[in-house]
Amino acid sequence: MFKIFKYSFFDLIRSRWTYIYAGFYFLFTLGMLMLSSDLSKVVISSMNVVLILCPLIATMFGVMYYYNSREFTELLLSQPIKRTSIFTGQFLGLATSLSVSLLVGAGIPFLMFGVFGSDQAGNFLVLLFNGVVLSFIFAAISFFIALKNEDKIKGFGLAILVWLLLAVVYDGLLLLGLSWFRDYPLEKASLIASVLNPIDLSRVMLLLKLDISALMSLTGAVYRKFLGSGVGMAISVAVLLIWTIIPTLGIRRVCLRRDF
Amino acid sequence: MIEITGLHKSFGKNHVLKGVELSLVPPGLIAILGPNGSGKTTLIKSILGMVIPDRGEIEVDGASIKKAWEYRRQISYLPQIARFPENIRVRELIAMVKDLRGETEMDVSLISYFGLQPFLDKKLGNLSGGTRQKVNLVLCFMYDCPIVILDEPTAGLDPVSLVRLKKLIKTKREEGKLILITTHVMDLVEELAEEVVYLLEGNIHFRGTVAELKEKYQGRNVEESIAALLQKDGPFSLGAVASNGHAKVPETLLEN
Repeated sequence: MFKIFKYSFFDLIRSRWTYIYAGFYFLFTLGMLMLSSDLSKVVISSMNVVLILCPLIATMFGVMYYYNSREFTELLLSQPIKRTSIFTGQFLGLATSLSVSLLVGAGIPFLMFGVFGSDQAGNFLVLLFNGVVLSFIFAAISFFIALKNEDKIKGFGLAILVWLLLAVVYDGLLLLGLSWFRDYPLEKASLIASVLNPIDLSRVMLLLKLDISALMSLTGAVYRKFLGSGVGMAISVAVLLIWTIIPTLGIRRVCLRRDF
Repeated sequence: MIEITGLHKSFGKNHVLKGVELSLVPPGLIAILGPNGSGKTTLIKSILGMVIPDRGEIEVDGASIKKAWEYRRQISYLPQIARFPENIRVRELIAMVKDLRGETEMDVSLISYFGLQPFLDKKLGNLSGGTRQKVNLVLCFMYDCPIVILDEPTAGLDPVSLVRLKKLIKTKREEGKLILITTHVMDLVEELAEEVVYLLEGNIHFRGTVAELKEKYQGRNVEESIAALLQKDGPFSLGAVASNGHAKVPETLLEN
């Protein structure tokens, strides 16, 4: 598996798109840091970008990489290599290269502006952690979808649909539900709903870390109580891990049944 | 040794293999033949574990191949269509396979045997079909495996390489290996094969030596025998077939 990982990783890290992706983060973060001297504001702006872009790019790269490396995969399949090693290796190579793009692209400007000497070091690390986790989650989901669908267009469409559901539609429905039932105490329900969606969960984790939850009134207080506690934090991290593990196991299961 | 029992495989509604039974014992050079879509490649890919059978059992050297992968060390495989990653060089591809499968020194002699030196630093996407097939051959033959499976090995090769390939296959046969070939070139069967396995509509329709095939279907050579077989039992048995064994060209095609 390590060899497959190595080939996938170096193949991707040499790709033009990886540079463009990292370059975007670099320029964006650098620009924000030059415009604002308040590091915490830059962390918030970066958060908004990372929470949308990491899942989206991981989804698109995941599907594209699977379909584009079919020849390589077929070559590997006829060699004495375990199937699960081939696909797990490719997925890990992809997710790692995406994470490296994020870490380098968004990390270097913050380091240049001395984030570790400031009080934002913790927030910065939580931001990067969530970006990396989201990259892994969405790379796994899209790789799984691509593996299940022979048809490129269908695979691409489904993967984007899943991203759209989790990144946009979910929040919309949540808000709609909250406004419909606003006469009832919904703090717990909305907390559970947020924790179940990895993008929302990452956002809440960051907002609470950034200490601007006061903006969120009573709900914010409930969130604060939950995530501020050791148990709440453990549950959140566990949910993120489950979101990574389930599609990864899905990849391993589906790849054993596919014909090539 | 390869032992196949009751092998079934469908792709959607298309029932490609319908209970294939086949036992192959080394040494031997066996041609797997059949009309287009008869399941030759599916059968081969099942042996390699690339296609997963619906029912049935495949054993290589006495052990089931289900969920196994180590047995592929025993097999050299030449895929039908040489599809490679487009953006890497020939040299890199060979190095990569060596890294994954293990060290070998045979690649050097095979590269010069097939005259590939000038192409080593070219990207695979820029190579012609025949050159790509030669790369394919190098990757296949650079490991000394007891089982060799060749899917359409002659596709796109120039005469010199063709002669050399035949010689190479003969040497491998003399070394006592089990070699499976699928091909549409009947001269190759005539020249190389000891046995013929003929697949028709998902089943083995005929199995025997080349001499038996000729005798059974009264052909002067393999090509005529296969043609006779197909007209007697196959998809050409119905329709406008003249008594001399040659189909009439449909009149609608002659109008223009």
